[in-house]
Amino acid sequence: MAALKILFPGGYTTVQDKGRFGLQNMGIPVSGVLDKFAFAMANLLVGNPDTAAVLEITVIGPHFEALKDMDIALTGANMGITVNGTPTEQWKTVRVKKGDKVTIGQIQQGCRAYLAFNGGIDVPLVMDSLSTYVGAKIGGFEGRPLQKEDILKTHDAPLCSKERHIPLDAIPEYPPKKTIRIIPGPQDDYFDNGAEALFSSEYMVTAKANRMGYRLQGEAIPIKTGMPQSIISEPSMPGSIQIPPNGQPIILLVEQTVGGYAKIATIISSDLSQIAQATPGDTIIFEKTDLSMAHAIYKQEKEKIQLIKDCIKQKKV
Amino acid sequence: MDQTELFNKAAYRIAGDHGLLVEFGDGIDPAINAKVRAMAKSLEQDMPEGLTETIPTYRSLLLIYDPELTSPEKLKFSLKKIANHLDDIQIAPPRVVEIPVCYGGEFGPDIETVAKTNSLEIEEVIQLHTDREYLIYMVGFTPGFAFLGGLDERLYTPRLENPRVLVSEGSVGIANNQTGMYSIESPGGWQLIGRTPLKLFAPERKFPFLYKAGDKIKFTPVSKKEFHDIAKKEKD
Repeated sequence: MAALKILFPGGYTTVQDKGRFGLQNMGIPVSGVLDKFAFAMANLLVGNPDTAAVLEITVIGPHFEALKDMDIALTGANMGITVNGTPTEQWKTVRVKKGDKVTIGQIQQGCRAYLAFNGGIDVPLVMDSLSTYVGAKIGGFEGRPLQKEDILKTHDAPLCSKERHIPLDAIPEYPPKKTIRIIPGPQDDYFDNGAEALFSSEYMVTAKANRMGYRLQGEAIPIKTGMPQSIISEPSMPGSIQIPPNGQPIILLVEQTVGGYAKIATIISSDLSQIAQATPGDTIIFEKTDLSMAHAIYKQEKEKIQLIKDCIKQKKV
Repeated sequence: MDQTELFNKAAYRIAGDHGLLVEFGDGIDPAINAKVRAMAKSLEQDMPEGLTETIPTYRSLLLIYDPELTSPEKLKFSLKKIANHLDDIQIAPPRVVEIPVCYGGEFGPDIETVAKTNSLEIEEVIQLHTDREYLIYMVGFTPGFAFLGGLDERLYTPRLENPRVLVSEGSVGIANNQTGMYSIESPGGWQLIGRTPLKLFAPERKFPFLYKAGDKIKFTPVSKKEFHDIAKKEKD
């Protein structure tokens, strides 16, 4: 049933779930949340399964009126949240009553916040996902970012019996200078010294940064003499670092399926949450790792999420 | 080339901690692409544990996997087994998908540029563009965007110097040695020669796409009236 009325949509607010899978061979990007950790925590706090859809909020938060009693939780970027003007906290369950006015502020640290509602946002399933893919105007709420006066529904679900919160030591920091781990390839052989070129300078996130990709600025990385400036177009992965002819790296993200330039390296999946939280002007320092290490980090990350889930469930909150 | 050799020549490229790119050759070649599709089909019929997605490209196959269930080493082993009997894999003969196109006029504002660049009459451009079938090497970039091979050299035309901010869906264009269709409204720099009234991407339908990689496209010229008749049917 109707759950919230948007009074102010914020900078760029879309409905996202974990993504749209299995259709990249038809040109459908995975879409979905950019920061998977913050997303998982938001759903956990309101008792949702990890398939539920949330709001992904970018830079400036929305204001809305609750149209029913709900549990909500805001995670990810530090933006501040007030209910009827009274500040409350992020990374915990917040009970709102019908008629309450909720205001999400602007980024203090990080770039994207995630707002979950108990029951999950109720939008039609499009090609097996609830995610908005604005490029093709599909999914989410009418295939577009939210606008003033939109009325969103949530699925009916019981309220939490107790307030939940994420343990303090599990809440990530989003520093403006980030170390991001990469695995060389798939086309590191197109560059002198392979992926090493990425480590010679810091890279700044430019204003051209969105869900398709981030353009970076720093020391230009030339293609090795004798190698072509582009490759035969091929699919990309979220986190692929592509080098166009001007030598300035582009991190490809979740609304991209194909690239035509050599990819010097790929960011490990566990560090994509930090990329999601980078804003224009932030600095990235790349650090090399290898595949077995990346797989170990991936498993640790999953165990960490499981541990937080267990911890919250044991408290029976 | 026998299959073992094909397999031995394949290059494996690591695409992050969830992706393995298997390259079967270097160029844009229908024979290499057929191997890619045979391999993709074989994998899809009997997905190895932990393999979640196979994405065929011009000359390679991107495998997306769950690192908790498998590894590039295990996937390579599965591929090796398949490679030994790749010739036995039946890939259906390519389906030819007919795409009606209304050439020139408001739908193809750049057809004169294409004609002038190649010292052709507009009629000749239409004839050269419609007299052959184009193999779909890969689908991607935007939903249902087909990367086609085999454009007649006499139609090669550079991209626009200033890309358009918005190109209507269904627009048919040429960029250097490529021809293709804009499956959704998007910015674009291709020389537009016509437009199809067919919906190339219809997410509301049970089958949102008209074709897939490995099919062939045949363009057929239609009049403005036929264009609007088909467009009306597509809406209903």
